Amino acid sequence: MLWLLFFLVTAIHAELCQPGAANAFKVRLSIRTALGDKAYAWDTSEEYLFKAMVAFSMRKVPNREATEISHVLLCNVTQRVSFWFVVTDPSKNHTLPAVEVQTAIRMNKNRINGAFFLNDQTLEFLKIPSTLAPPMDPSVPIWIIIFGVIFCIVIVAITLLILSGIRQRRRKNKEPSEVDDAEDKCENMNTIENGIPCDPLDMKGGHINDAFMTEDERLTPL
Amino acid sequence: MEKARPLWANPLQFVFACISYAVGLGNVWRFPYLCQMYGGGSFLVPYIIMLIVEGMPLLYLELAVGQRMRQGSIGAWRTISPYLSGVGVASVVVSFFLSMYYNVINAWAFWYLFHSFQDPLPWSVCPLNGNHTGYDEECEKASSTQYFWYRKTLNISPSLQENGGVQWEPALCLLLAWLVVYLCILRGTESTGKMEQLANPKAWINAATQIFFSLGLGFGSLIAFASYNEPSSNCQKHAIIVSLINSFTSIFASIVTFSIYGFKATFNYENCLKKVSLLLTNTFDLEDGFLTASNLEQVKGYLASAYPSKYSEVFPHIKNCSLESELDTAVQGTGLAFIVYTEAIKNMEVSQLWSVLYFFMLLMLGIGSMLGNTAAILTPLTDSKIISSHLPKEAISGLVCLVNCAIGMVFTMEAGNYWFDIFNDYAATLSLLLIVLVETIAVCYVYGLRRFESDLKAMTGRAVSWYWKVMWAGVSPLLIVSLFVFYLSDYILTGTLKYQAWDASQGQLVTKDYPGYALAVIGLLVASSTMCIPLVALGTFVLHHLKRGDAASVA
Repeated sequence: MLWLLFFLVTAIHAELCQPGAANAFKVRLSIRTALGDKAYAWDTSEEYLFKAMVAFSMRKVPNREATEISHVLLCNVTQRVSFWFVVTDPSKNHTLPAVEVQTAIRMNKNRINGAFFLNDQTLEFLKIPSTLAPPMDPSVPIWIIIFGVIFCIVIVAITLLILSGIRQRRRKNKEPSEVDDAEDKCENMNTIENGIPCDPLDMKGGHINDAFMTEDERLTPL
Repeated sequence: MEKARPLWANPLQFVFACISYAVGLGNVWRFPYLCQMYGGGSFLVPYIIMLIVEGMPLLYLELAVGQRMRQGSIGAWRTISPYLSGVGVASVVVSFFLSMYYNVINAWAFWYLFHSFQDPLPWSVCPLNGNHTGYDEECEKASSTQYFWYRKTLNISPSLQENGGVQWEPALCLLLAWLVVYLCILRGTESTGKMEQLANPKAWINAATQIFFSLGLGFGSLIAFASYNEPSSNCQKHAIIVSLINSFTSIFASIVTFSIYGFKATFNYENCLKKVSLLLTNTFDLEDGFLTASNLEQVKGYLASAYPSKYSEVFPHIKNCSLESELDTAVQGTGLAFIVYTEAIKNMEVSQLWSVLYFFMLLMLGIGSMLGNTAAILTPLTDSKIISSHLPKEAISGLVCLVNCAIGMVFTMEAGNYWFDIFNDYAATLSLLLIVLVETIAVCYVYGLRRFESDLKAMTGRAVSWYWKVMWAGVSPLLIVSLFVFYLSDYILTGTLKYQAWDASQGQLVTKDYPGYALAVIGLLVASSTMCIPLVALGTFVLHHLKRGDAASVA
């Protein structure tokens, strides 16, 4: 009699949890990819932990606070490690609707990941897309700040150069009338010949005879 | 007495200016591409031969003309012969076209530079889609670097016809780029730039072209730079130094680029293998970590025989990973600089540092080239008495920058990159060949090779060796004519011109035909610079005739 009951229960369980059954989800773990040498082996204890995490997630859904670990059924565990699971209701006759399970898992995905030291890429619930973390979005984009800094520097530099150019030109225009100031300007030259200050003679724009510019290669050796 | 021309502070400054002009973005992205396409190291043979036969003689010629005539391109050619001042005008027009679109590259470099100060780099991750369950579709189909380039930087439209509006972000960067150029030219022209060209499958043609454009002949920039030289400076030595350094930089840049290619190819190959392993592991529920690069082929064979139906289902999705095919993808132009390099950088350690360094280098090269271009435009303008008597030098520079910036806004529109490609491919190719051909013939046959030679001897104190004379009078013009013929026949044979458009739905480039008005713009670009030469010659002839007619009637 007991054996019959046992067979009946396992048969019902087998029907409820099957690959591709209604409300069943496939789970895929890539433990070795995630942890490398520190990878743990997938055994029945880990399966128990998984059932516990799923039950925990379901308990967070309103109306499902009574979910127990025994309500979560696993089947078809492969080497990969991958398996299918369903969550049944307290009567163990029907499976809970997929939508509820989906919402529950999505809300608690981080906790489930943490329990197994995995992340969204290595612990996959097929058909339950995980909410990806949005990238950090500062209120003012960083590039505008840097752009603003460089822009201001360039504008200031241009303004300074233009102003100094204007000032130089004004000084050039005033020179012929300001003979006295020439003495202050000339550091080396302190002679004023015929009222013409010596300063302009030093400037590049003055009367420099290129033919007499000394250049080493032009001088013939003695 | 005429106001003395401003001079370079010392010969070294002039050499640096020429080098800065000649070494530009073309050395970084064009030369490595050509090397890869035409057999790697063996491309150096035609390249060096063309350098000696074509590059150095023409560079020496331009520097000598500038140094002898001591004027910008228009004035220099007017001195040689009044009918030939059209050559100078054509040079200025081509430089104008170049400066219009070239600074857009600097704008893009600024954009990427500013975005390099983030963690993670914005082109290394795809943005999320609407409901945060996955990544953006366009980004998934292409790659994150391509997405960042085509969508975030350019916001490119699917075809040339759909113009879209001006994008404010690249427009701001373009404005900043022009401000920086203005800042640099405000107080004196020192810098350089260069642009290059693309053509046919013949390695020699490409070597000749690369040398030609890489040195920046025909834009008038070299004439402008040399005109600020003292007449006695040794321009022969400078010509050799500049061309050698330019070539050395190209070769050095290709070494670096090849290592980047190798890094990227290895990384993609290993990624491809990982993806195939994951696909097989998931489909057949194999043990995680079982499939490695070494046993992949064996396992594939085993699975094909053990589970034929399942294997045939998944077979279309299995890519054949090959390191050779990754290495064979050679990219040039903006694609290399902004997609391939950023893809390599994002996989390196401390990627922010490499990114900042790389885009800073691009900016230095680009701004250097821009300064040479603007020198080519500004020198004739400031030389002309009419303009310089009314406006101070700062105002002329500002006006030129403003006009170029305003026109450059066209390239910041959504279809802007397509217009950029038009300018890049057609604004300077044929016109430059013609300009340099006319320059060489003008100096050798109109001005007279003997006369020019005696001028140079009087100016520098050194005789001109027979090698240069042979090159100027015979070999170089012949080479240019053959290049010209090749280009023309290639254009004619190819039929309608096509361009590459970005298809957002597929996540890759597709080929499309240019619409009618784009072809008209191309024709206008080529014609407006080449027609200057005969038109100005004609105009001068007519004016002379009229003057002679007046003189005759008076007398």
